[in-house]
Amino acid sequence: MLKELTKLEMKKTREGFGHGLVDLGEKDERIVVLAADVTDSVNAGFFARRFPERFVQMGIAEQNMATVATGLSLVGKIPFYSTYSVFSTCRCMDQIRISICYSNANVKICGAHGGISVGQDGATHQAMEDIAMMRSLPNMKVIVPCDYWQSKRATMAAAYIDGPVFIRFGREAVPTLTDESTPFEFGKGVVLRDGGDVAIIACGVMVYEALVAAEVLGKQGIDCRVINLHTIKPIDRDLIIRAARECGAIVTAEEHQVYGGMGSAVAEVLVSHAPVPQEFVAVMDCFGQSGQPDELLRAYGLKSEDIIAAVKRVLKRK
Amino acid sequence: MNPFNYSAEQLQAAALDVRRDIITMLVEAKSGHTGGPLSCTDFATALSFRYLNHKPSEPHWTDRDFLFYSIGHVTPVNYSLLAECGYFPLKDLMTFRKLNSRLQGHPHRLDTPGIEISSGSLGQGLSIACGVAKGSKIDKHPRRVFCIMGDGELQEGSCWEAVMFAGHYHLDNLGVIVDYNKRQIDGEVPKIMDVAPLADKWRAFNWQVLEIDGNDMQQILAAYDEMLRHRDRPMVIIAHTTMGKGVSFMEGKAEWHGKPPTMEQGEQALQELGTTYAEWSSRLLAG
Ligand SMILES: Cc1ncc(C[n+]2csc(CCOP(=O)(O)OP(=O)(O)O)c2C)c(N)n1
Repeated sequence: MLKELTKLEMKKTREGFGHGLVDLGEKDERIVVLAADVTDSVNAGFFARRFPERFVQMGIAEQNMATVATGLSLVGKIPFYSTYSVFSTCRCMDQIRISICYSNANVKICGAHGGISVGQDGATHQAMEDIAMMRSLPNMKVIVPCDYWQSKRATMAAAYIDGPVFIRFGREAVPTLTDESTPFEFGKGVVLRDGGDVAIIACGVMVYEALVAAEVLGKQGIDCRVINLHTIKPIDRDLIIRAARECGAIVTAEEHQVYGGMGSAVAEVLVSHAPVPQEFVAVMDCFGQSGQPDELLRAYGLKSEDIIAAVKRVLKRK
Repeated sequence: MNPFNYSAEQLQAAALDVRRDIITMLVEAKSGHTGGPLSCTDFATALSFRYLNHKPSEPHWTDRDFLFYSIGHVTPVNYSLLAECGYFPLKDLMTFRKLNSRLQGHPHRLDTPGIEISSGSLGQGLSIACGVAKGSKIDKHPRRVFCIMGDGELQEGSCWEAVMFAGHYHLDNLGVIVDYNKRQIDGEVPKIMDVAPLADKWRAFNWQVLEIDGNDMQQILAAYDEMLRHRDRPMVIIAHTTMGKGVSFMEGKAEWHGKPPTMEQGEQALQELGTTYAEWSSRLLAG
């Protein structure tokens, strides 16, 4: 299987987003897309060229974009606003909190360039707090798809999830784990590999790294369950509790700060319902820097080797 | 006092070197912004080498003037000028955007001598400059505060909160230069989200306004001289520039906003600038 894992097609999640928007636009007149001077970097350009009358160029004005999207939702549109995740979330936090979440406005917040794998633009452009910020807000839902197809499906699903939704994409091409026919079920994690010694719960690009780690560990006699937790809020409590009860140890892996992200969300479930040891693979409370994407994932402890080490640590605590 | 106090001719020669640095470091980094740094080069060089009161050997010297690049992405021109002034060795330019470099893709105050604030998120620099200008007023300190802004950047509403603040508090120790190259990532500024009429907007907020050809050294010097003479309100120089200035195939093209030249394009650019990659990279590596 490890060999097969290295043969997967490489595709960008942000492209899945762009194609999902076009498919949505074809069948639903209410879909409108907003962008803020990075239209093609986030692949909103596919929609902009296909449906120019339903595309709104905002210029470099993200806070205005968040609140204009809110207004569009009040007249029955389904607005998807898009830019790099640092700007679609952090830059607009108060607008998102009050105008979007408090009012439960039907706005879809799209963040491309999530995580440290953004690369050479460096810390300013690497969104690593977005999951924490978005999941802290009442009424918000949070989705972090793992590959191209899941991004496309999640984008299409988001249109019909009532109220605010945040979806996070990446910049780089990542291995494609799902295919055109794989369903996307909002709020339901997916068991990609069954196992009973430890459960590795991952999201985004880390799902692939988790599968690679599980393969290596399998050869060493450690039987890993791998879960793709694409929906972080609402969280799939039952799946996590079952994994904790059946495996007795959890490792979470995400391209995000350790504080407040998906790992924290899993820990919140564990301490309340099924306390078992947990280890976190995440960015350890520091800013990123410029470098090549893969180089950075390695330097900041976000590769399969780091997951393997975390599994070994957690098994000692079991 | 500026420690260099270059003449117009010396500034033109320095600006040429800065353009060579920009192309060379971008070719080496294989990533980064080319168009904006080249449009800013002339007025930024004049600031560093003639007007800014600074001490490269003592970046935190308390009596210095402050210079903010609110457009963080123009690091190539910012870093080149810092290195050419002597804040750090020229060879560091060849580490730009690489892992563990002190020269991050967007400027980081804790890494690089001469960087006053970390930036890269547009629309924050002028507010910070306002804070320094207001603080200096409170202290009755005579320092000047300069801020370089982009025309696309001016689409951020936060910029105008700062413009209003400076007008309200008569921050005559504050000078802004707008790099009005009429280009941003998605295309031409007037088509994406027009910021015109710019001069009227700033005037309405009680600023003194000068409009110049921002790639003409004589006009740049005349404008800065006026800025330094002038007292009672903040002043903005609206510098009409050309994105990618100095490299024929980049001039006026928005596509050069955020990409580096390939080695081949770099050679062609450096040839237009009177050097070669081999020659200029060895100058940097030796420095
Ligand atoms: C808040 C924020 N939004 C978006 C970006 C992405 N971005 C970087 S530069 C840029 C365009 C800036 O245009 P302009 O100020 O005209 O600079 P120029 O293109 O002339 O270099 C954009 C949208 C950013 N860095 N910060």
